Order: sequence, then structure tokens, then C-alpha cells
Amino acid sequence: MAPVKFEQAMARLETIVSELEKGDLSLDDSLKIFEEGIKLSKTCLKMLDDAERKVEILIQDKDGRKRLRALSLEEDEDEPAHST
Amino acid sequence: MPRTVVDRPQRILTVSALTALVRERLEESFSDLWVEGEASNLRTPSSGHIYFTLKDATSQIRAVLFRTGAQRLRFALKEGLQLVVRGRLTVYEPRGEYQIVLEYLEPKGLGALQLALEQLKERLAREGLFDPSRKRPLPFLPRRVGVVTSLAGAALRDILAVLRRRCPTMGVVVAPVPVQGDEAAAQIAAAIRALSSSKLVDVMIVGRGGGSLEDLWCFNEEAVVRAIAASAVPVVSAVGHEIDFTLADFAADYRAPTPSAAAEAVAPVLDDLIETLRDRAARLKLAVRARLRGDRQECAAALRVLYARPLPVEQAAQRLDDLTGRLGGSVTDTLSAWQRRADACRHALEACSPRIRVGSALTLVPQLVKRIEQGMRAALALKHQATRSIASALDGLSPLAILGRGYSIVQTVPDGTVVKRARDVSAGDQVSAKLADGRLLCDVRKILPS
Repeated sequence: MAPVKFEQAMARLETIVSELEKGDLSLDDSLKIFEEGIKLSKTCLKMLDDAERKVEILIQDKDGRKRLRALSLEEDEDEPAHST
Repeated sequence: MPRTVVDRPQRILTVSALTALVRERLEESFSDLWVEGEASNLRTPSSGHIYFTLKDATSQIRAVLFRTGAQRLRFALKEGLQLVVRGRLTVYEPRGEYQIVLEYLEPKGLGALQLALEQLKERLAREGLFDPSRKRPLPFLPRRVGVVTSLAGAALRDILAVLRRRCPTMGVVVAPVPVQGDEAAAQIAAAIRALSSSKLVDVMIVGRGGGSLEDLWCFNEEAVVRAIAASAVPVVSAVGHEIDFTLADFAADYRAPTPSAAAEAVAPVLDDLIETLRDRAARLKLAVRARLRGDRQECAAALRVLYARPLPVEQAAQRLDDLTGRLGGSVTDTLSAWQRRADACRHALEACSPRIRVGSALTLVPQLVKRIEQGMRAALALKHQATRSIASALDGLSPLAILGRGYSIVQTVPDGTVVKRARDVSAGDQVSAKLADGRLLCDVRKILPS
């Protein structure tokens, strides 16, 4: 699930940064984790960019099936209505 | 001895009539009263009515709570419970017993709701529903947030406003429910289950805005508490204000004091996240650059040290040169001595070589040839001279020499046949007369035989 990956990616990124800042790694390893870190930071940013805000409402039909439809409140009027 | 009835009464009552009279009086006099006492001899037959005895240290009275009242009861009636009840007196005629018919009862010293809450809380706690070990961490960055609340309430607006402010990209799925009234608990529980099983959300907020204890009551209902505890995703409770606690709060993975606080708990601030990411990326670059710079400086320093003192390699090279020189010197000396000896031998050998003889022969041959040529030339000169003297001697004998003395030779023209007799030619022929110094071309005019 994306959020878990994001959290893990963030945690890994933090680890990488502090490892690099400590500077005990070999040059080879430093470059390796540096590359990994840069990749992670890009992935994380992309995850944030890719998210799309929708406010939906969960409706139960008479036959018991559930479906989503866009919710539009007055306070939320600038929110484009998405139909699901 | 019993008193004998001397005077007959005007009117004799039946038991029923008496009981009815008593009932009438009692109901009239005690139509609405409050009594306090301890519950005992509790009976709850399948009819749904509740029968018990209300007693104190010295007295007791039968009490009945009919089914409709029993269903409204918020707490479990238990033996020994101190109660404050409100009701009216009546008589159960078949047994001639008077009793109090209850309209309302509450535990003494504690509100009924409160007692019920305590009882349910205790029961669910024993089941482990509120164990801290059950609490799950909230997801760091939920894909979507479920919200179980009223569409009309301020809670939803607060939650949406906070979510939008903090994390404008986060999706929201609202499961609308009534948040007060008889139906509320069942619907809230159903909505929680629906969101949980939908797999649509990573976390959900269950709650409503502030209200009276009764208003918030549905969040104390067992159905709601169990639905929260059973949810597949973490649940944040947000019921009422900060001071309000409900059982939903105890069962939830996180209890937020208000709906806004719940939204803050589930949504990270997107800008902060992005900032953190950028910061980490920047730190990464800085760290690796610093690392590389450090390495480079170390390299440079090491190189300076290396250049500053003679390298073992250089020393070795020099020594090698030295040794090679010396080695070469001695070897060369030896070699040239041998070379000289070898040369001497070769010269000696060459001196007796057949090639030497051939060589001297080779110089002899041209000398001989030269001498032969000289001899030949001398001999030839002699021969020439002899020949020339013979030729001049012969000259005097030549017929041509006769021409010098006035003779001529006549020849036909053009054949050159020597004309020896007159008849050899005819008049008109041409002849040539050869003289010592030339020729005469002559026409024959006449043949004159001698």
C-alpha cells in the first residue's frame, strides 16, 4: 500500500542521509547509497504529486450494494465534483 | 377471643370489592412518588417485565417495571443495587399485594447512563477491547481517509477544512450517519464496518461535534464500540469536545479531542513533507559532496607527501642503474678482452686462408692481362709497319701505277667492262677512260682497226 511505502521510503531516506553525514562508509558504498537516496527522494515526491484529492460519499443502495459519489458541501464548493 | 359481631353491618364487602377500594385509595393517594431502596429478589421472566423487591433495613415493597420501561433502561438492573425510583402505587388484586409500578429508575448517586457506561466499559474491558496493545499506529500518509459522521454536522466541515489545509491531495470518503437518536448507534456501527470492508480507506475518523451526554450517547453503544475495535484500518475517535469521553474513544486506536484534531492526526502537512524531502535530498548531496571533497583533499595531501620524499621506487631505480652500470662495466671489460683475442685469432686465421691466395691471384690477373695487351700492341705495331712497307713496295707493281706513266684503262659505260679490243665497242658507244687522277667520259666516233 502506497502510504506504507512512502513512510518506509522516508525512513530509509533519513537513514541514508545520516549514514552519509557520518561519513564512515567506503567511497563505493557512499556513492551507492547516495544514488539510492536520490532515487527515493524522487519517488517520494512523485507519490505526493500523484495523489489526487477527492471528497466522496459512501452510499448504500437499497439492494445493499455500496457505491461512491462525489460529495459537494457548500464549504467545499471549489472542489470539482468527481463522479464515481 | 375474637370480637363477636353484635351489630350487623349495613354492607358486607366482597374481597374483590375491598381490594378494588384499597387499590382506588392507594392509586389516588400515591399516584406519583419517589422512593429509594435496594433492589432484591430480581426476576426477569420472558415476558420482558422486571419484578423485584425494593427494600431497606426494615421494610420492603414489591416493584414492577413493565416491558416498555425495561427496554428503555440504560443500565443492567442488578441485585443489591441502590435505586431511586419514580412510580405509582397500585394493588395486584389476584394476590392482594400492593406494589409500586415504576416509570423511571436510576442508580442512587450515579446517573443511569453513567452506570450503564461503567458497566459496559467494565465488560468490554474484560474482553480486552480497550487494551493498549490493540492500538495500531496511524498510517503516516493515508491514501484516503474515511469519515463516519453526519453530513449536516460541523464536525465534517471542520475535518474537511483541516484535511484540505494540511494535505490538499488526500482523498476523503464520507460515510454519512445520524449521530444522535435511537438509530444512530446501529448506523454508525454499520458505516464503520462498510468503510472497513470497502478497502477504500487507510484510516477512518468516527465522531461528531459537541453535545449533551445523551447526544453523545450513541458513541457509548456496544455496537459502535465493537465495530471500532473490529475495524480493519485504524480508527480515530473524535466525539464532542475535549472533556467528553465515550467508549468509542477507549476502543479507538487514537482518541482525538475534537474532529479538527482528528483530521490533524491523520493528515501530515503536505508542504512539510515536501520540505523534508527536499531537505533530505539537499543533505544527501551536501554529504556526498563533502565526502568527495574530503577524499580529494586526502588524495592531494597524500600525493604531496609522496612527492616530497624520494620514493622507494626511485631509490630502487637509481640503485638498479648503479648496479647495471657496474655490472655493464665489468662485463664490457671482459667482453672486449675476449673480443681482442678473438680478433687476433681471426687475423691469424685469415692470413692463412685460401682467400688470401685467391686475393693475390686476383691482383695478378689484371697485371698479366695488362702485360699481354702491351705485348700485343707492340707486336701489332710491328706488323703494321711491315705491312706498310710491303704495301709501298706493292704500290710500284700496281696497274694503277702505270696510269701515272700515261696509260689509261678504257671501260664500257655503264658496265665498267675493261675494253681490251677495239671491236669490243661500236661507234656511238660511250666509254670511260680512267687516268691516274680521274676519268674521261668519251664518245666513240669511229672504230679504226690497226
